[in-house]
Amino acid sequence: MAQIRIQNVRKEFGAFTAVRSSSFTIEDGEFFMLLGPSGCGKTTTLRMMAGLELPTSGEIFIDGEEVGMKPASQRDIAFVFQMFALYPHMNVRKNISYPLVSQGMKREEVKTRVAEVARILRIEHILDKPVGGLSGGDRQRVALGRAIVRRPKAFFMDEPLGALDAEFREHMAEELRALHDRMGATTVYVTHDQLEAMQMGDKIVVMNHGVVEQFGRPQQIYDWPATKFVAQFIGSPSMNFLEFEGMIGIGGSSVDLGGVTVNVPAAREGRDGRLTLGVRPEHVKFRDDAAYRGRVSAVEYLGTTQIVTLSTEHGEVKARISSAQLVREEELVGLDFDARTLSLFDAESGKALLSEGNEGVLGHG
Amino acid sequence: MSSYSVTEPSPRQKWVAGILVVGYALITILPLVWIIATSFKTPSDAIAYPPKTFFTPTVEGYVNVFTTRTRLSTEQLQALGEPTTWYDKLVRKDGLVISGPSRFAERFTNSVIIGFGSTVLCIVLGTAAAYAFSRFKVPLKDDLLFFILSTRMMPPIAVAIPIFLMFRSLGLSDTHAGMILLYTAVNLSLSVWLLKGFIDEIPVEYEEAALIDGYTRFQAFYKVVLPQAATGIASTAIFCLIFAWNEYAFAVLLTSGNAQTAPPFIPTIIGVSGQDWPAVAAGATLFLVPVMVFTILLRKHLLRGITFGAVRK
Repeated sequence: MAQIRIQNVRKEFGAFTAVRSSSFTIEDGEFFMLLGPSGCGKTTTLRMMAGLELPTSGEIFIDGEEVGMKPASQRDIAFVFQMFALYPHMNVRKNISYPLVSQGMKREEVKTRVAEVARILRIEHILDKPVGGLSGGDRQRVALGRAIVRRPKAFFMDEPLGALDAEFREHMAEELRALHDRMGATTVYVTHDQLEAMQMGDKIVVMNHGVVEQFGRPQQIYDWPATKFVAQFIGSPSMNFLEFEGMIGIGGSSVDLGGVTVNVPAAREGRDGRLTLGVRPEHVKFRDDAAYRGRVSAVEYLGTTQIVTLSTEHGEVKARISSAQLVREEELVGLDFDARTLSLFDAESGKALLSEGNEGVLGHG
Repeated sequence: MSSYSVTEPSPRQKWVAGILVVGYALITILPLVWIIATSFKTPSDAIAYPPKTFFTPTVEGYVNVFTTRTRLSTEQLQALGEPTTWYDKLVRKDGLVISGPSRFAERFTNSVIIGFGSTVLCIVLGTAAAYAFSRFKVPLKDDLLFFILSTRMMPPIAVAIPIFLMFRSLGLSDTHAGMILLYTAVNLSLSVWLLKGFIDEIPVEYEEAALIDGYTRFQAFYKVVLPQAATGIASTAIFCLIFAWNEYAFAVLLTSGNAQTAPPFIPTIIGVSGQDWPAVAAGATLFLVPVMVFTILLRKHLLRGITFGAVRK
């Protein structure tokens, strides 16, 4: 069990920079998600932690020890690959015991360990089968078995559920999380699926173009995105952006949105110029006497809620409201934004402005 | 690529296809049957016209291919007394005695040493090169691979004269080492390219998993990559062996007394008493055996090697 610390890690492949100066700390026993779109550098970051890639510069600490230049075999970690990487020429038992055999462990002890792992993962009945004929879920369990049998300092998983059916993924996600809670080992998990990250992670790092955009607990990241990218990437439908020309001074608690005054959390830094107001769809309320107006252009029914698309002076706005509320297309409605939940971004840099709401939770890594 | 028909062929179509395949097989196997049959005929049966389909088999051809014989006068034969061994008896009928072993066994051994030697060398070097090309960042990788392939672009015999001169000044003429090196050089491009394709197909995650499990790069290669590349290695080995085994032109040019292989030797068997076709056929039949056994043992892999790249898993 170990703390993992990444410091100013950078990775270049020839002229292409995959990771630019990332820093963050994963605490002992955390279930940690590396989240981002494909090509954002999350897998490269994980592979550097595991020792499958060497960083161009920067340091990686596992359990207080600098391991950046050490080969994978000396880091005492386990890796679960997306395509499982079970050795096809061995049966399940051999696959699971392989990491132990490499350490020269006694046969008796290997047997006990494998049996124990098989019991935890409930795969005792397939131990002597070849891996070729196994279902996706069983292969995934065997791959996990090979990882946990060693009792390593940390688990690294690269989209381990990516190859499974949607139906089965959810089940395996729960199983993984339960397994982690029972073992308490530090786990680093790469995914591009924001729902998976929110559902399973203790903490999330959001990456884009090789840069850590934000670092924090799922709720912090959802409520107070540090950049417009994070705001857009997390949540479905994503956060509404209303771009306008305006200003806000330090301590100011309202902005002028095209002649309408909108209350926002008190600002901790001022800005004058192009700003973006960020509103989550569930924080848009309909109020007939509200000054900000929008015309309903589409309604999407989702059971208990509905997504209403409105066209406003500042572009399209989506609202998630109760299905009980009757909405007609082409209707002109007043929109009210929940003042305590709003984010303001610098439209050029995309960075969130510090405010009473997000101060202290904007981890830029 | 055209798509496959999904309908099951009718029984009649299957019959027609079956008959065509059997017919084709019969035509292609006929020369082989002819050679094997001739090897068991007497010289007169072998050249009989019309050809004899049914004949009394004899192993005379096989005895002749392994021995040299001398013709003696009747008095000399009587002076020798009764023949003591079955093969002595066999040649005595024709008024001959065995004067010693022929060089066939020696030539055959040369073929085995040179054929298998070059195959082993080709596989070892080819696997190592293919693994490096497949997994590592090799500078000028594409140019190197093209260069390797380009050594196959002209018939090997086109460079026979330079090789002959090179071998002479290096002292490699008529040596086993020289022939092994030559056949390896000719086959290496095939072996690198074929094996690279097979190794490319093995996901790199297997090795990475092994690296994390605590194995060194070499152990990962040895314990994880090699077992999975077995099919590719086997089929490549067959191709290399068949080439080296059958090669004739270089063997004629570069070998004589010491390292001569069987292909240039067999035509010289044509014997002391007229043209001894059964002996030639016996030599050819024996020559077929090792490659045939090797191919039958590894036939599953061979099929996979031939269809390699044409069929997606």
